[in-house]
Amino acid sequence: MAEDRLVVSSPPHITSDAQTSVIMFWVVAALLPVTLYSVYIFQARAAVSIIMAIAGACGAEAALQSLMKQKVTLSDGSAALTGLLLALTLPPMLPWWMPLVGGVAAIGLSKYVFGGLGFNIFNPALVGRTVLLLSWAQYMTTGFFEKLQVDTITGATPLYVAKQVRDGLVRYDFAPLHKQYLLANPYGCIGEVSALLLLAGAGVLLYKGIIDWEIPATYLGVVVVWSLVFGADPVFQVLSGGIILGAFYMATDYVTSPITPKGKLIFGAGCGFVNMLLRFYSGLPEATAFSILFMNALAPMIDRFTIPKPFGWVKADAAE
Amino acid sequence: MPVLTFARGIFPPHRKSASQALPIEQSALPSEVVILMSQHAGAPAQPLVEVGEKVLAGQKVGEVEARITAPVHSPVSGTVSAIDSCPCASEGVRRGGRITIKVDENQTAAPSSSVEEVTPDSIRDAVHEAGIVGLGGAGFPARVKLSPPPDRKVDTVIINGCECESYLTADHRVMLEESESVVDGALLVAQAVGAQTIVVGIEENKPDAIAAMKRAADGRMSVVALKTKYPQGAEKMLIQVLTGRTYPVGKLPSDAGCAVQNVQTAAAIHAAVRRGTPLIERVMTVTGAVKNPKNLRVRIGTSVQSLIDQCGGFSRTPGKVIMGGPLTGVALPTTDVPVVKGTSGIVVLAAEEVSEASAEIPPCIRCGRCVRACPTFLVPSQLGLLAQNKMEDIAAERYHLFGCIECGSCAFVCPAKIPLLQLIRSAKSAAMLGGTTR
Repeated sequence: MAEDRLVVSSPPHITSDAQTSVIMFWVVAALLPVTLYSVYIFQARAAVSIIMAIAGACGAEAALQSLMKQKVTLSDGSAALTGLLLALTLPPMLPWWMPLVGGVAAIGLSKYVFGGLGFNIFNPALVGRTVLLLSWAQYMTTGFFEKLQVDTITGATPLYVAKQVRDGLVRYDFAPLHKQYLLANPYGCIGEVSALLLLAGAGVLLYKGIIDWEIPATYLGVVVVWSLVFGADPVFQVLSGGIILGAFYMATDYVTSPITPKGKLIFGAGCGFVNMLLRFYSGLPEATAFSILFMNALAPMIDRFTIPKPFGWVKADAAE
Repeated sequence: MPVLTFARGIFPPHRKSASQALPIEQSALPSEVVILMSQHAGAPAQPLVEVGEKVLAGQKVGEVEARITAPVHSPVSGTVSAIDSCPCASEGVRRGGRITIKVDENQTAAPSSSVEEVTPDSIRDAVHEAGIVGLGGAGFPARVKLSPPPDRKVDTVIINGCECESYLTADHRVMLEESESVVDGALLVAQAVGAQTIVVGIEENKPDAIAAMKRAADGRMSVVALKTKYPQGAEKMLIQVLTGRTYPVGKLPSDAGCAVQNVQTAAAIHAAVRRGTPLIERVMTVTGAVKNPKNLRVRIGTSVQSLIDQCGGFSRTPGKVIMGGPLTGVALPTTDVPVVKGTSGIVVLAAEEVSEASAEIPPCIRCGRCVRACPTFLVPSQLGLLAQNKMEDIAAERYHLFGCIECGSCAFVCPAKIPLLQLIRSAKSAAMLGGTTR
């Protein structure tokens, strides 16, 4: 009798074909053009960093899950994506083992300390980057620029110059830099090699409904408005310092950003605000990672205070 | 003109092509019918007959005195062979008894007569006597809907022809083949509640039904094409789309001045008032993994297995037999179950289309797809998490648990395949046991 085999479970009995692994695949796919282009520009140095970061993240995930006797879930692609995102935030010429350490830190410190996929508070890739930044600062920041000899005017990064411009210390025209940041920027992190390719990938993610518009919109909106109000070059502010990568790929990380639509708007605006605050009023011009990590900490609270009103809500309801 | 719709919702596959062009067929006379005493919301009926007693087709066999209830009738002439309590094989089959009737070879109908003087009261009485309940699936007694409290003015009757569930085509066929009955039923509903406006809402993937209803309506009511989106046919969504009105959790459509009836309910009201016919059969779609999908006019109480047999049996190894549509229907443990008034269809999913529910609930990646799908603006992922942690009181007080209309959109879109609707339902029952209702 066929009946023995009938499955009895709660509705709905059909579901969409969306899957966690497919979502992760699309994010990786969206990042693929910029990844390949970075390898073209930076050659083997970028390739080694990318491979090592992914290896570190995947290795840590597999090792920790085996250690905790959990099912190893490398196939959901989230560890690989963490590794790739981490690599894209790194300078292109670190010692080979450093991205590996970063990948392990991203997964171990950020994800599994809090209980694995879905439970981490801080963006894993940015935690990995921060660990490297605090441990080997000279490799992660100015050392990189000095070795490449890219001093635009005063021996500092362009963003530092922007701060000096704002303070009236120097004059500098950023317009010629726009094209460089959009098309081929050899002086930034691996993922900053072309803002245009990052934007193209983000367009795909928005179109596929994989990321929502709210966070990038308010993030970039605040950066632009701030720039206009305080006399900075808005296009340069958006294109530099990893803000495109941060706004579209880091701040939109599902687990570490608010889930409510209103919460996303607030979160994005907060990222933009903290980012600009750190850029112009701290000794830390490359502030994108810290601003997103800071807002990550606030995300649960933002969610808590932006619970949507249910269908048909009327004020009198609350009083009853 | 843009096609009207509500906010959010989902786009499940239609899968209606197998049966939407097939005319309604009368299903074969079964050898036995099982009449459940509770096919409706409210008090279960009490049997009016005894074992061994002869009954006629259309004879009332169960009723009870209560405000919210409906009598039940035998759809066949035959002999009562058993009266016992129902094993409650499924959620759709509520508590209460059942009457098994052995069917005569030669059918004799009980005498029936149309309502002579059609007034709001006589319509309500006829509708109640005929045992009519909401045929969209909820099974709410129609008399109650036709009797709005005196302090609430119902000015708009909405006829629900959305049929937004996948697979089902029964309402579609009724609108095509019985448009006149639906229109007359709608006019009777409007007369009973004293409404001036009647609107028929139909999803735009049924252009032939829209045309047929417009012809039959002949200017007496408006027929509006709605976007094909689930759950377009949910009462709250439909009222908002057609009238712009909403009402809060815990209130009824009449609070928004509306009375909503499904197209088949309207046709049944027409039959009850104009011909005195009780609700003893309805149109349902038998489809999915069966050899010949059909739209069948089925006597209430016919077994699901006999309907599947009439459709040529299973075409592939069955994995799930669903009473109702695949988004809100009930998965049956056995096909030896009688259909009830609220059964809109039988959908068979093949074994390869069905995955066993995993024992462990997978982790939520907080992608927010459920939030973007929920037509009542809830945060389903959070409700699911609270349900798992037995924190239903917080779910109810802070996260509006009881605003959930149980459409299943959240679980449909979830990429992690978390059984959100199941979790939310369990939280609802736990909260109700705990005395929290808001």
